[in-house]
Amino acid sequence: MTYDATFRVWRGDATGGDLQTFTVAVNEGEVVLDIIHRLRATQAGDLAVRWNCKAGKCGSCSAEINGRPRLMCLTRMSTFGEGETVTVTPLRTFPVIRDLVTDVSYNYDKAAQIPAFTPRAREKDGTHRMQQVDVERSQEFRKCIECFLCQDTCHVIRDHEENKAVFAGPRFLIRLAELDMHPLDVVDRKDAAQDEFGLGYCNITKCCSEVCPEGIHLTDNGIIPLKERVVDRKYDPLTWLGSRIGRRPKD
Amino acid sequence: MELERHEYDVVVVGAGGAGLRAAIEAHENGARVAVVCKSLLGKAHTVMAEGGIAAAMANLYPEDNWRVHFRDTMRGGKMLNHWRMAQLHAQEAPDRVRELEDWGALFDRTPDGLISQRDFGGHRYARLAHVGDRTGLELIRTLQQRTVALGIDVYMECTVTRLLTGPVQADGAGGGTEITGAFGYWRESGRFVAWQAPSVVLATGGIGKSYKVTSNSWEYTGDGHSLAMQAGATLVNMEFVQFHPTGMVWPPSVRGILVTESVRGDGGILKNSAGNRFMFDYIPDFFRKETAETEAEADRWYDDMKNNRRPPELLPRDEVARAINSEVKAGRGSPHGGVFLDIASRRSPEYIRKRLPSMYHQFKELAEVDITAEPMEVGPTCHYVMGGVEVDPDNAAARVPGLFAAGEVAGGMHGSNRLGGNSLSDLLVFGRRAGLAAAEHALRRIGHVSLDDDALADAGRAALAPFEREGGENPYTVQHDLQQTMHDLVGIIRTAPEMEQALERIAALKERVANLSVEGHRQYNPGWHLALDLPHMLIVSECIARAALERQESRGGHTRDDFPASDAEWARTNLICTPTADGGVAVRHQPLPQMPPELAEIFEETA
Repeated sequence: MTYDATFRVWRGDATGGDLQTFTVAVNEGEVVLDIIHRLRATQAGDLAVRWNCKAGKCGSCSAEINGRPRLMCLTRMSTFGEGETVTVTPLRTFPVIRDLVTDVSYNYDKAAQIPAFTPRAREKDGTHRMQQVDVERSQEFRKCIECFLCQDTCHVIRDHEENKAVFAGPRFLIRLAELDMHPLDVVDRKDAAQDEFGLGYCNITKCCSEVCPEGIHLTDNGIIPLKERVVDRKYDPLTWLGSRIGRRPKD
Repeated sequence: MELERHEYDVVVVGAGGAGLRAAIEAHENGARVAVVCKSLLGKAHTVMAEGGIAAAMANLYPEDNWRVHFRDTMRGGKMLNHWRMAQLHAQEAPDRVRELEDWGALFDRTPDGLISQRDFGGHRYARLAHVGDRTGLELIRTLQQRTVALGIDVYMECTVTRLLTGPVQADGAGGGTEITGAFGYWRESGRFVAWQAPSVVLATGGIGKSYKVTSNSWEYTGDGHSLAMQAGATLVNMEFVQFHPTGMVWPPSVRGILVTESVRGDGGILKNSAGNRFMFDYIPDFFRKETAETEAEADRWYDDMKNNRRPPELLPRDEVARAINSEVKAGRGSPHGGVFLDIASRRSPEYIRKRLPSMYHQFKELAEVDITAEPMEVGPTCHYVMGGVEVDPDNAAARVPGLFAAGEVAGGMHGSNRLGGNSLSDLLVFGRRAGLAAAEHALRRIGHVSLDDDALADAGRAALAPFEREGGENPYTVQHDLQQTMHDLVGIIRTAPEMEQALERIAALKERVANLSVEGHRQYNPGWHLALDLPHMLIVSECIARAALERQESRGGHTRDDFPASDAEWARTNLICTPTADGGVAVRHQPLPQMPPELAEIFEETA
């Protein structure tokens, strides 16, 4: 049941670092986060790592395991052979703070830039009436636990620091899609999606959908429909004509 | 000492549901507000809440109203709740849920397009507003997005280690202290930071990390309980700790992780190793009139609540947890020391995946169990502390001017046992009230509070002490020993000799904590962070053990093997914890607040 595994964990800070090798016990049913905790409790008391719920619900313990963006709490040790070395490194898209902890403030900055949810007025009886089928489209995106694995894997920003200023990343493109499909919201963010949040940079390779631990279809259900609506706005001749007429002075 | 300083009207400690709701309300009432939280924004423990928000909105059952919700809450707490908190909670919860929709929350709907409501233990009607089984995530995200939209300052990954106080401004020599701010450190850099503010709202959550098997995350170290006591506030009901009946038991690494009560609300049943639906053997007299006697009646209830009584699986959590504990002790447990929770044989796979998507996901990923095809193994897990800071029900004020508390860190609302779903509504109702009162206190106050330089220097010295000591013990070992002690000696079933032993061990652990040393440096150092959390965990554990030893009866989340019955005198008594001069805890008796006759009448009405 119990065996000794070889773990390589990146340790260091903004000035540099390297992989350190540990031999550590693994018990039946454990996940990578258990092993990191055991390292911390027995061999490396100051090993920096973020985690909270340990059940795939909070999205804190994101890292790259053997090069793949994963939640450490949902990566079972049984997916590796007993002789296989497990390598754990911090998310590459974000600057390292220390060990497995990265500076994810890029995401919080982008979140703050998105025009806020603005609801229509309530019905006369004080309620908002919506059908289940209508709320489900946005509910899919509200399942997002903000683990930022999609941001980490997205090639637009993974090795292109310069794109971060003009591209919000898949997490926030689906936030825009969520608001666009929200039955109560009245703000139009389509132009902003294209002009400020870089929707056009996404060339729908679907890497983000592949790494999403919540199984959200970011590309198919969020980004592509949003692109279609933006395109309708920008290039549809009737819409174009309408927008010209609308701009004629009223007097 | 290098120190970053800020000035606000209101500092909210904690960014879960209560903290964010308080911050929003304080901001909207004109206060300059800071939120300080130990994790990143949006990761607080509220995110783990699954089932829903209890609110008598009557979207499915027109018979439901605040009086029924109030009655259910008081009975669930075995009448030890502060009646005024339970009343405000039941009255205001529906409005608090509705306003979440104006901030973007998308709840599941009824066929009429209203917010859907689901069944839960102890609630007479289907009452929990929900989003599948990830309601906490929806709540936290909604409040997080609202907080960001309002531009409230958030200090993420920042831990408060001290509340700062000074002599009360108005009465000069009259004595007494008031809040002047808070002191803490950035987790990322280890640098110190102080906030000068006349109002502090504690919204720090619970204490579960003092126990070995818990559904709580590393953050739940009782900071707020402990900080409040140090600042001169009192704690109430600390003997009452809720063990959620259904935590995962296998594999060992996930032991304690929550399995939502919605599984039972949506039709799941509990069975022992003989295949018996044992909850029928554990119906207490207190709930007999409203609980089904046969499996047939229990099964009919899901579709016809008016003409049938509730299944015993939906008794309040304390009853179900004790029953599971007894079955396992009697040798009728599952292979890994739990019992079976079966929804697979009772509902279709489509229904289960639709209603319980995150449970399906959790068991599939963590235990390789398909809950649509086989039963889960579950057992009790430390989940929630009913006890907390003693507050004024109307304004959430603690007994120190300028200090407020809301959510799990506050005490009184849930009495001796909390009903499922009443926590999220508690966060919203009392988070709002705390934020409002904190803003009013700060804006009413004339002149600035000032921080005492000596107090700041002392707080800094105390925080760095673990680095000064060499060759001391590893904080993880001490934490492990505390968790084992509380698990073994102050758990679900308690006896006097065991709790006396626990107190001896806690005293020994205190000495060990005073001699901890940590390796490394101040930058993002979890060993150091734990070393600073441990004194909080110890003082809270001492409160629990002392109050539990004092209460010589069984009630709600406090079961004494040596005093198995509940007692009429104890039914009128709260236990209050205060700090002693030597760093210990004193417990005194205080009469339970008297419920006014117009509310007492509710309990005379037909069940």
